[in-house]
Order: sequence, then C-alpha cells, then structure tokens
Amino acid sequence: MPLRTERATQTEAAIEVRDLVKTFGDFTAVDHLSFSVPHGEIFGFLGPNGAGKSTTIKMLCTLLRPTSGTATVNGFDVAQQPNEVRASIGIIFQDYSLDDRITAEENLRFHCMIYHVPRAERRQRIAQVLEMVDLVDRANDKVGTFSGGMKRRLEIARGLLHHPAVLFLDEPTVGLDPQTRERLWEQIHALRQRQAMTVFMTTHYMDEAENCDRIGIIDHAKLIALDTPQELKAMIGGDVVRLGVAETNVTAAREFLQQGYQITTTADGNVLRFEVDHADRFVPELLQAMPMPVASLEIAKPTLNDVFLQLTGRAIREEGAGGNERLRAQLRRRGGKGA
Amino acid sequence: MASVASTQHGRPVVAQRLIDFETIQMLCERDVMRFVRERAQLYGSLARTIVWLFVLGAGLRGSITIPGGTPYLAYVFPGMLAMAVIFASFQSAVSVIFDREFGFLKEILVAPAPRSSIVIGKALAGATIATMQGAIIFVFAPLAGVHLTPLSVIACILVMLLSGFGLTAIGLCFAARMTSFEGFGTVNNFIILPLYFASGAQFPLDGAPEWMQTLALFNPLTYSVDLMRGLLIGMWTYSPMVDLGVLILFAVAALAVATWSFRQQD
Repeated sequence: MPLRTERATQTEAAIEVRDLVKTFGDFTAVDHLSFSVPHGEIFGFLGPNGAGKSTTIKMLCTLLRPTSGTATVNGFDVAQQPNEVRASIGIIFQDYSLDDRITAEENLRFHCMIYHVPRAERRQRIAQVLEMVDLVDRANDKVGTFSGGMKRRLEIARGLLHHPAVLFLDEPTVGLDPQTRERLWEQIHALRQRQAMTVFMTTHYMDEAENCDRIGIIDHAKLIALDTPQELKAMIGGDVVRLGVAETNVTAAREFLQQGYQITTTADGNVLRFEVDHADRFVPELLQAMPMPVASLEIAKPTLNDVFLQLTGRAIREEGAGGNERLRAQLRRRGGKGA
Repeated sequence: MASVASTQHGRPVVAQRLIDFETIQMLCERDVMRFVRERAQLYGSLARTIVWLFVLGAGLRGSITIPGGTPYLAYVFPGMLAMAVIFASFQSAVSVIFDREFGFLKEILVAPAPRSSIVIGKALAGATIATMQGAIIFVFAPLAGVHLTPLSVIACILVMLLSGFGLTAIGLCFAARMTSFEGFGTVNNFIILPLYFASGAQFPLDGAPEWMQTLALFNPLTYSVDLMRGLLIGMWTYSPMVDLGVLILFAVAALAVATWSFRQQD
C-alpha cells in the first residue's frame, strides 16, 4: 500500500520528525520515529496507553528534550529554538492545565499576557474564543465550578487565543461524554477551515481517529503504519459483503460472481458472503449487472481496531481514566477543598 | 524573550529579550490576586504572630535577658516580621508544586518566556505577598513597645521585599525538584524553623552553641533580622552595609540557582 504523497515536499512541513528517540534509563519510550505533517493537516497518533504518544507530543512541545534525532515544528528545531517553537504552538494537554481558583476570563487574560497578544486585541479575542466554545455566560465564574466538558472547551479556547500555527491535542476527549466529544470535533474542523491551522493529536479512541486526515499507528514506541484512515482500513484486504437472494437463485448468483468477477463466495442459507476491495465502488456496479433480484445487502467496513489487531495481534483497550489520571482527579478534589 | 507579532501560518517573529516583563507581571498578578481573595493565609499569619509574640514571648520573657536591657518583646518584634516573610516566601514557592500537580505549571512552561523571567515572576510574587503579610504585623508594634517612624517602616518594607525575593527563590529550587506536597512539609520543618531559630530572631545567639553561631553566619535570615532590628530599635550586630550586601548577594545567587533548577526540567 503506497503512502500518500507528501504535500510537504513543496513547502516546509508544519511538523518534521527525523529519527526521534527518547529513552528513560533502560526504557525506550520513543524509538526512531520519522514522519512529516504538512501545513493544514489534521494528523493523529493512535495507539494504546503507554505506546509513546504523549512522550512524542511532549518533545514536540519542548517539554522534554529528545535523546537523539531531530524534530522541527513550524520550521523551528525543538531543541535549538524552543522559544520560537513555543510561540508557534497551542497545546491542549491530557490533564487539565487551567487555574481552578480564578475565573475563565482571567485564565484567558493571563494567557494573552504570557503570549504577548497585542493589548488592543485582547478583549476582542477573548470574547471571540469564549463565543466559539459557548462559554460567554460563564466567563466570570471560577473555573473550579466548571464540568469536565466545560474545562476542556475553555482549554481549547485558550489554546487558540494566540493564533497558533500548530495545535497539539493530547487525548483531548478522555473522560468526556459522547455529545461533548462530537461538538468539540465540529469546532476543531471549523477552526481548521477558518485559520488554516495544523492539528496534531493523540488518541486511543478509534472513532476519534476517524476525524484525522492521516493517522500514524504507534505501538511499543515505534510507528508501525502511517496513512489515511481509508487506506489503513483497506489494508485489511477488503470489505465483507453479505448478499441475500431468493432461495432458488443461490446457485445461479454464486456462478455469476465466480465467472463474472472471479469471486468465490460462501453460502449461508440464501445469503452469499464474500470479501472484496472497495465494496463501496464494487457493490453498486454488481447490483446493476446482476440478472437476479437482490433481497438484502450488508457491507461491513473494517474498523481501525481491525487494522490495529492485524498489525499487532492485539486490540486497543478503550478504557477511561487510567490509574494516574484517577489519582490526579482525587488530588484535585482534595486540593480544591484544602489549601 | 518572546514577543510574537504574527504566528498565523508563517514564522512567528520572536523578539529576543532578556527579561519578559509581561510574564513577570502575569505571575505576580495571579499570585497576589489569589492571596487577596483567599484570606486563609493571611489569618494564619496573624494567628502565628499572636502566638509567637504574646504566648511564647510572654513565657520566655522572664528567662531570656537581652544584653543592653532591651525589653524582650521589642527584641523579638523584628523577628516576627522575618518569620512572616520566611513562612510566606516558602508558601509561595510551594504553590509551584500545586501548579505542577494541578497542571497549570505546564501552561507556564510551554509559554515562550525565558525561564529566568518565570523564576523572577514567582520570586517577585512571593516577595510581594511576604511583605504584605509582614507589613500587617506592624499593627502589633505598640503592644511590643516598638516605636515606628514612617522612615523605619518604609525601610523595613524594602528589607522584607529583598529577603522575600531571595527566600522564595530558594524555595523554588526545592519546588522545582519536588513532586509531592508531603515532601515540602519536611522541607518546611527542616529548613524554615532551623533558619528561624539560628537567626537570633527569638533569642540572642551569644550564649548559643558554637555550631548554631556558625550556622547563623551563613543564614540570610540573620542579616535580615539584624537589619530590621537596627532600623526599628537601633540594636545592631553587624553594620547595615554588611547586612544589605549579604541580602543582595543572597537574592542574586538564589535567583541564579532557581533559574538553573527550572532549566533542568527533563
């Protein structure tokens, strides 16, 4: 399966990673990663917890120094020009990074200050991002009173305040309810169109990865596949089609498929089952050509989970908060009351 | 360091600046705002002063004689200012551990600000809060028999700012390395109290064991207490220039070490 040609060959890529390695003592968290993300793309890192996704994002955000290899973000080297990288990016971390004890508006205002958003534009930009995430009426409430979804939305608003060239999202929707997740994605897509922003995200949710233009699958610190979601799923070797015909037509239909398309079918009662590449294109063609009526039709698309399963022999566990995250949540509650 | 004119798509224009004043201002504003809104820390400081000055002071008054016949409460009053400053400074430094635990530290560390400006901002915030807490203790001055003049009050405020800056920066060196609050409690007990007692704040060190006198010599709080005691009741151990010189050197050195500690975040 050929990789899609890189748009980045003409212009400088938004993110360029070459042989990136991070080790912690004997443990290799990121093992010779190389990839490039063109401007304007939504790029996703998919993999189980502990695969090295967050470590990679931390290196790209200048929070961790690479052990070896190079990475540039918006044309700046993460190790050599950390301040230029920092000025180019917005980040939504896996764990909340808001100040709970001050208001939403104050969080945003402080962000404007450390990112040197021009003074004259601050009020307007804050109003604009609050509007976008639908938090205008909560602007003057303390963030500690917000729900998880509202905090996430506020963080996204904050990450966009200084108009970053690249937005990093590290597991942005962990612990959010499905509606909130869906709305967040609508907002990210809308933003990408409006601001020509590059988005780099990590996730271990399959359905979320579907939002990406391209996906890198990472497992045990290594990049094991990189392509569009459609092409990745095409690796599975085709879609599964189940075609129901009248009992009397079963034999004729099987012969038609065998002779006309060299497709061997298995029959289960009056339902014929077969695998085919690109069933979305093949089935309409088949339906037109078939001499006998079709009683039922089912096309099962392979999922990204099937892809991961095929590549690694394991399924990605889709679970909520990990142990560390739960501990943090507890500490947060404790700190909120205590100190 | 970083002033971004435009990051839209292209290269951000990052003006190289040694000191990022807006980041410093933001860090100070945030900490002071929280201190003013949540009075708990302030009440704690007042309660501590009352206990140490009037309960402990009343008990010790009879058994401690101050050379030169200075009344004990007047002798110990400048120490109360120093105590408020050291407690508040370390508490401000602890807030970095909280910020790390609750995530906000990351927001600051990924910002395009030089680490030295982040440390200066936190240290200045700590110094400001420490001085505010110290300044409130002036209301107890008449009860301690200390006569205040506008000049001595202003001079003491400047000394508290300078001491608070250095002490917060030292606290930040520990906080940069520490990941749990529990660890910092230990630091509080093993650093704040020894520094306080080995500073001559609560009792004169003339009769103290040799090791404590040596410790006092390397203790910045000694010079802070001496300077304020000299300014308030005219009782000096060292010359004011020595006191001031040591405090300035201490603040600069602490700032350098704290900045280095923050650069090591890896």
